[in-house]
Amino acid sequence: MAAQSSPHPRPSIGRRKIAEALFKVLGLCSLAIGVGTLVLLFGALLVEGVTRIDWQFLMSFPSRHAAKAGILPAWVGSTLIMLVTAVVGVPLGVAAAIYLEEYARRTWMTELIEVTVTNLAGVPSIIYGLLALGLFVYILGLGENILVAGLTLALLILPVVIVTTREAIRAIPVEIREAAYALGATKWQTVAHHVLPYSAAGILTGIILALSRAIGETAPIVTIGALTFIAFLPPAPITTHPPYVSFDWLLSPFTVMPIQMFGWVSRPGEDFASNAAAAGVLLVGMTLAMNGVAIYLRYRMRKQVTW
Amino acid sequence: MHMLVARFVGYMAMAGFLGVFGSGSHQVHADQTALIKVDGSSTVYPLTEAVAEEFQKANRGRIRVTVGIAGTGGGFKKFCRGETDIADASRPILKEEMDLCQKNGVAYYELPIAFDALTVAVSPKNTWITSMTVEELKKIWEPAAQSKITRWNQIHSDWPDAPLVLFGAGSDSGTFDYFTDAIVGKPKSSRGDYTASEDDNVLVQGIENNKNALGYIPFAYYAAQMKKLKAVAIVGKNGPVLPSAENVVKGSYQPLSRPLFIYVSEAAAKRTEVKNFVDYYLTEGPKLIAEVRYIPLQEQAYNMARERFSKGVAGTGFGGVPEVGLTVEEIMSRPPKR
Repeated sequence: MAAQSSPHPRPSIGRRKIAEALFKVLGLCSLAIGVGTLVLLFGALLVEGVTRIDWQFLMSFPSRHAAKAGILPAWVGSTLIMLVTAVVGVPLGVAAAIYLEEYARRTWMTELIEVTVTNLAGVPSIIYGLLALGLFVYILGLGENILVAGLTLALLILPVVIVTTREAIRAIPVEIREAAYALGATKWQTVAHHVLPYSAAGILTGIILALSRAIGETAPIVTIGALTFIAFLPPAPITTHPPYVSFDWLLSPFTVMPIQMFGWVSRPGEDFASNAAAAGVLLVGMTLAMNGVAIYLRYRMRKQVTW
Repeated sequence: MHMLVARFVGYMAMAGFLGVFGSGSHQVHADQTALIKVDGSSTVYPLTEAVAEEFQKANRGRIRVTVGIAGTGGGFKKFCRGETDIADASRPILKEEMDLCQKNGVAYYELPIAFDALTVAVSPKNTWITSMTVEELKKIWEPAAQSKITRWNQIHSDWPDAPLVLFGAGSDSGTFDYFTDAIVGKPKSSRGDYTASEDDNVLVQGIENNKNALGYIPFAYYAAQMKKLKAVAIVGKNGPVLPSAENVVKGSYQPLSRPLFIYVSEAAAKRTEVKNFVDYYLTEGPKLIAEVRYIPLQEQAYNMARERFSKGVAGTGFGGVPEVGLTVEEIMSRPPKR
């Protein structure tokens, strides 16, 4: 065979090389479009907004004077809502995923639940806002406050947390579980001592991605009554008299970063534009910081997995 | 390692339960400081924000005011359910909203607070336009004009044979409702083939950069960027009238100027802080209104509004149908309907 090869060995090699090069260029272009857009947008935001960010901007309430206005209630609101969202959404989501993956028997019911959860991850966020308005505000009468906003966003991230947690759990080899069972471990021991720690890195990534999505959400929060002008902070969670812990802040009215930013973008004149850009920079900064924490935690946890 | 994760999950779950259950028992403490809730039109928002800011300062933070931008319709929905104390409105209350308020036993004071005017604007590069009649504007904007009226000389033969590039408000905004009502004669009745944006700054940019552009924006946006745009005078009974604070107050810039309102719940007005806030709005408001580039009413109108509020005359001067071209004094001197 080899001896019979023609003086022009494999004429198609040249073509394949061209195809290879073409794909490389195509890939690079795709990357450039994606990253380029991001850099351009963020760059424009930075140029316009970064000089506006100072202590005064961070620690002031909204005002009709662009130079005096600040985002204190917005970032405090966003932070507190993320806290409620994480505290409610993460345990529920992770527990549901563990149940579906490790405990539930495969029946048509679980199949149905799985399909529903996956579909829910793609439902537009305004739907969650309307659901929350009906359920939390009108039926349960919880009012329009930080608690309800946090619960709403918890509902929103629940499907994402469930799906990513299941993916992470599924990546753990069956042999690990069988080994645990062989040594007489119960199902819960297997999950708590092996499955969960080994998949923690993946779960965390999912959680942070979900929270990063939630922090930028406006639609569901507007539906349940986020405000634009609010010149006070929620009550402090720590008090001077017993029991020293207060949950009053959960029932406080609120605003969040994206809404404050939108409020400024739509003001007449150009003086508020730099405020909006500065708020944008901070919002992107908060998201990046959350992602940074996720990457760090993942790195730490990966190092500790020794199998 | 696993201990760490288990503990983490445990804490999270515990905190979650504490948070959810703890909230119920603390409900009482939340309304210790006086809170005034305002929600509604985003057009009125800058005014209410300015008043709220100064009012809170004047009271050294003892009274808290929150202001939302749910839109005039959304604001009335909350107001008529009794969830807010004051509704910001860029149009009078409508029939179905009156019914909802009545069903829930919410009576209200209708108080005009400022003027809003729409500006029809072209680019400064446009050399052929200084004024237009309502008929000409209607010919451009009515639904029948869609994909038919596309060049300037179709409206007026003296105007150039150039494409007509249109900019206007998005269909969710009060500006859109008002412009279509005043020009076409029916709210929300408009051609659809124009560049629509809820963000008026986008419209300003679009009009500024295109010689063949024509668009309409709220007066406050024009007032903020006068150099970038050329306002079109609207031909009225006594000749063309440019949009300006004077002409609006005089009532000669018609039909594109309208009063803005706040609706105050009668029950809420019995609370001292709400009463004080409304009084403050009607006395100190006019100064702040000019500052945020809106047009204050005449002193006479504020006097009438103050009188109506202090005498406790509830109801609306419109009867559920928006009307174009009324002066504030005319509205205020009508017997209010509930």
